[in-house]
Amino acid sequence: MYKILGRVDYSADVFMQVIEAPAVAAACQPGQFIILMIHQEGERIPLTIADYDRESGTITIVVQAVGTSTRHLQTLGKGDSISNFIGPLGMPSEIENVGTVVCAGGGVGMAPIYPIARALKEAGNKVIAIMAARNESLLFWEDKMREVSDELIVTTDNGSRGRKSLVTEPLKELCETGDVNLVYAIGPGVMMKFCARTTEPYGIKTFVSLNSIMVDGTGMCGGCRVSVGGETRFVCVDGPEFDGHQVDFDLLMSRQRQYRSQEKESLDTYLSKAAVTKVALANSAASNAAACSAAAVAAHV
Amino acid sequence: MSEATKTGHGNRPQRQPKRPKLPRTAMPCQPAERRATNFEEVTTGYDDEMAVIEASRCLLCKKPKCVDGCPVGIDIPAFVRLIEVGDPAGAIVKLKETTSFPAVCGRVCPQEEQCEALCVLGNKQEPVAIGRLERYASDWETAHGASVRPRTAPKQGKSVGVVGSGPAGLTCAGELAKMGYDVTIYEALHKPGGVLVYGIPEFRLPQAIVARECEYVESLGVQIKTDYVIGRTLTVDQMLADCHDAIFLANGAGLPSFMDIPGENLNGVYSANEFLTRSNLMKAYRFPEYDTPIAVGRRVAVIGGGNVAMDSARTALRLGAEVHLIYRRTRDEMPARSEEIDHALEEGIVFDLLSNPTQIIGDADGWVNAIEVIDMELGEPDASGRRRPVPLEGSERRIPVDVVIVSVGTNANPLLTRNTTGLDLTNRGNIIADEHTLATSKEGVFAGGDIVTGAATVILAMGAGKTGARSIDRFLQGRPLLTDQEEEAIAAAP
Ligand SMILES: Cc1cc2nc3c(=O)[nH]c(=O)nc-3n(C[C@H](O)[C@H](O)[C@H](O)COP(=O)(O)OP(=O)(O)OC[C@H]3O[C@@H](n4cnc5c(N)ncnc54)[C@H](O)[C@@H]3O)c2cc1C
Ligand code: SF4
Ligand code: FES
Repeated sequence: MYKILGRVDYSADVFMQVIEAPAVAAACQPGQFIILMIHQEGERIPLTIADYDRESGTITIVVQAVGTSTRHLQTLGKGDSISNFIGPLGMPSEIENVGTVVCAGGGVGMAPIYPIARALKEAGNKVIAIMAARNESLLFWEDKMREVSDELIVTTDNGSRGRKSLVTEPLKELCETGDVNLVYAIGPGVMMKFCARTTEPYGIKTFVSLNSIMVDGTGMCGGCRVSVGGETRFVCVDGPEFDGHQVDFDLLMSRQRQYRSQEKESLDTYLSKAAVTKVALANSAASNAAACSAAAVAAHV
Repeated sequence: MSEATKTGHGNRPQRQPKRPKLPRTAMPCQPAERRATNFEEVTTGYDDEMAVIEASRCLLCKKPKCVDGCPVGIDIPAFVRLIEVGDPAGAIVKLKETTSFPAVCGRVCPQEEQCEALCVLGNKQEPVAIGRLERYASDWETAHGASVRPRTAPKQGKSVGVVGSGPAGLTCAGELAKMGYDVTIYEALHKPGGVLVYGIPEFRLPQAIVARECEYVESLGVQIKTDYVIGRTLTVDQMLADCHDAIFLANGAGLPSFMDIPGENLNGVYSANEFLTRSNLMKAYRFPEYDTPIAVGRRVAVIGGGNVAMDSARTALRLGAEVHLIYRRTRDEMPARSEEIDHALEEGIVFDLLSNPTQIIGDADGWVNAIEVIDMELGEPDASGRRRPVPLEGSERRIPVDVVIVSVGTNANPLLTRNTTGLDLTNRGNIIADEHTLATSKEGVFAGGDIVTGAATVILAMGAGKTGARSIDRFLQGRPLLTDQEEEAIAAAP
């Protein structure tokens, strides 16, 4: 069993958890992910590592509650345990000093981009971070990101905070300057697809981190396969990061929808079983983005 | 121990084939129409009377051919004789002298290619049902709880790390624990058992049996650490530097092959590994009670002719689909156990033989809706001695299906080997280990099972586990890995 040391809710759907997993914390690198199971009847769900602390032996994950497992996880907090926590999985990001790097995080992708940005900064790069969300209430980790970047651009679709635009607008402007050497884009499939499209004409290498459906996460099942440069690759062992200009995003997104009807059936079953979620949802609705400053996280844990 | 148990090889009574010729005792099964809708075990096993009758067919040969066919050399006539005289407890003791998990082997070994293929009775009539008798003895033990706890040697104060908890890893760990070593198994998945839990379905090998074998190994003092991916959570080099004096690598052949034909990444196309893992390990066949989903399909095409293909086809059938098994040769060339092929046919799997897939066709939403196959005919024998299938130009046809399960073999998974220094590999990525000692190119590291041989069998993996344990013991005692007699025997062998 793996202990949950704390949970912070960032919005009705997005929350952060700190989990005790010393072996994973000792080995993990930016860009890698974990797989967890809440209980023995549960499914194995992959989540990118948002932060880690080798000394306290903990891993931080940021999760968007969408299906049965993530809704269930959302009800768990300090004092609860989950049955399995496996990792680190996937290849670490290749961190080098290349000059100027743009790190674009969209939605919950703002979390996994953080340790990559930090490592790039530590390696001596100039880091320009773009944090993109639909609206202000879905933003988190602005302070953390500011600490590890030389420049921070916030965008929201409705302009409730930062610039009213999609992530691709400031990205394009940065590409125009001619000073950008590398781009990291992490977020939903469409976001990464359009980030890659934006940078392609400028010939700027763009890494994306793919979030395909997985089972084992060790290369044994092939369920996570994607097409990169016309070749089939397994996200869990060859990735999760790939050259965004080579990825077939439409295939990725189509494969992500594979279990849509079952996911709905499963969630309905879960929700009808679990009256507890009502409480959890009420709790999380009361939380706000301010609670996500580094200090609040530390206090909570 | 009973009198009969002590009857060794030498003074066993040999019987002359003068008694009335009894036919081979049929295996009781669930009726095909019932079992096609449930995941309970297909065969229900001999009762005491059937076992005694079947055992009495054995001629107790002085030079038993069957033993030559057994990859681990079980003293077959001795255990069969014990069953015949009504001493199943003695039979299980005899079996466990050589095989660690008779309940598993009795169910899944390809006996018709091994012991039973060489049984002298097979010349004129049907061979003794050795596998079914092995299973009978182990089921008897389960029911009576008579498991003999082997004596373990005093503690050696040395530690061994075993990677993988399939049959090779479990056997090696159990043997080393009995010799007094501290043993830790590292398993990447959340449950131990390897292919026995993620691949082979419940209706052929109930998971309770595998769980019992794992508990048995733990009861010998072995620690099983699940959720440990070696090469990621910990590397082999770290294991050697920080915690273990020797390592046994038994990480299996778990990397699915695909066919490289158009449409293989469509939704609804699975590797057999994924389909079986979802159903067995994750219990998707009990969705939504268990959270993992599986695409069931109305019509399913399974590609391949081995055990894995049969297991996939029969799983899809039990989930409610009409199943077509597509294989490019004929039934005679199928590598699956013949019992599984018979069972699959009885259950209503449609065999599309001499057919080879050329492409998978999808709909506008990215889902499979048909598979195109081309007819084949058998040409000249290839290197394996099997007649090579050649396509008949222009014979392409489409079979409408909504799920395709690709079961065309597996390769070595590179995750561990890529992250280990100094380990020599074949050009296919398998670990190179000495045939007789299982020593690898890396000091203190031994390897066995599917990761060395490529996808093979449970019994060969167990045998490798035993050999690995013997070598590791000698290595840790500072003795040569082979004795002089063994060296001589190897040199004398043709
Ligand atoms: C569906 C199916 C049906 C079969 N039917 C039969 C049959 O009827 N009869 C028969 O004799 N054989 C059968 N086989 C073959 C047989 O199961 C294998 O030959 C045998 O299990 C190999 O044993 P192993 O211990 O070498 O590896 P495996 O059983 O594959 O075990 C390897 C273990 O190592 C773990 N592992 C892998 N990488 C790592 C890592 N990096 N770190 C930690 N752990 C790791 C894996 O998760 C796995 O648990 C079948 C195989 C399949 C897939
Ligand atoms: S070869 Fe057949 S008859 Fe002879 S000992 Fe073996 S099982 Fe019995
Ligand atoms: S998740 Fe199974 S191979 Fe990647």
